[in-house]
Amino acid sequence: MWLWFHKLGSPRYFYDTAGKFIPWLGGLCAVLMVWGLYGGLVQAPADYQQGDSYRIIFIHVPAAALSLSVYTFMAVCGAIALIWRMKLAEVMLISAAPVGASFTFIALVTGSLWGKPMWGTWWVWDARLTSELILLFLYLGVIALYGAIEDKRNAGRAVSVLSIVGVVNIPIIKYSVEWWNTLHQGSTILKFDTPSIDPAMRTPLIVMLLAFGLYFGAVVLMRARAEVLERERNSKWVQELVQSR
Amino acid sequence: MTPKRKKRLYLVLLLLMGIGTAAGLALNAFEENLLFFFSPAQVMAGEAPQDKTIRVGGLVVNGSVHREEGSLAVQFDLTDQSDTMTVVYSGILPDLFREGQGIVAKGRLSGGGVFLADEVLAKHDENYMPPEVADALKTAHNKGVEGMKSGTVMQ
Repeated sequence: MWLWFHKLGSPRYFYDTAGKFIPWLGGLCAVLMVWGLYGGLVQAPADYQQGDSYRIIFIHVPAAALSLSVYTFMAVCGAIALIWRMKLAEVMLISAAPVGASFTFIALVTGSLWGKPMWGTWWVWDARLTSELILLFLYLGVIALYGAIEDKRNAGRAVSVLSIVGVVNIPIIKYSVEWWNTLHQGSTILKFDTPSIDPAMRTPLIVMLLAFGLYFGAVVLMRARAEVLERERNSKWVQELVQSR
Repeated sequence: MTPKRKKRLYLVLLLLMGIGTAAGLALNAFEENLLFFFSPAQVMAGEAPQDKTIRVGGLVVNGSVHREEGSLAVQFDLTDQSDTMTVVYSGILPDLFREGQGIVAKGRLSGGGVFLADEVLAKHDENYMPPEVADALKTAHNKGVEGMKSGTVMQ
């Protein structure tokens, strides 16, 4: 296990291994995405209160859940990068940032589209919505900070610190609906209680969650491979790789 | 772990703890502003500011919705199961607005415990189920209520 971990730290080994994983993650993601979308949009019954409008949940909840877990992943990468000075952790962190920002954006937009017919408003400044918006700004801050520093090792260290600082927002988002009165409803599925959703709707929702997770895995590995090539562009193995093409 | 790494680990943990404490204190200080709405009980207890725009949230009392003929004006009672207040509103209500539904109204208090709303939002809960299941639950609930009324306990 530790050997594998150390080996993964080597950019070249990572480049090859990640290349082998991507098709599997991507393929499985496509299968689950089709299953989840068909199950959610066609097979699942309509809701007793919201009718068919609730079906946006199959996009909204996975995107929102991933927006939180991706940031947590970035903070863990940031801690590894700071403590063990592992280059690959920096690469993973910065590769994950744009993906997480997109998930956050999707969660905000779908939530807004859902809010208009159900709540009667596109946007309110309640604790859940506001803290999720702050998360989007944190993501954009990480991306901007990384781009602003020329030396990528220094940039990696700076965004590691920023990711760790921002991670306090994650529990705030997660528990905002319990700590304060919010317009946003409480958790349906990601809680330690019995889920308050009919099994016929729960299955596609969980399938979509897995599909979004796999999508993140595939895309982050693709981005990380590209980042590794760019960072190691002066090394011998990258030169050989380029010439062999 | 080498001493150097250990030191860095402690620094990271210290950073997390510091930021966490700062965020906790800040949120604590802003507690009141973070509340999206007041409950009728809080309003009755005088916790909500007078003559200021506030939001109140609660359930629409069954059978309390009165619409005025030929206009959008509507009046209903809002309850949090311990206190009830009357809300007056004129405008379009969200689709989910109905008796028994949780709503949040924005507006201000006027004398006599009446709330003048200029915006009404519907709040829905985290339960999702097909209509048949909801009907079955409702039937079972009504049966239970009738059972209690007639003195027989449902087994």
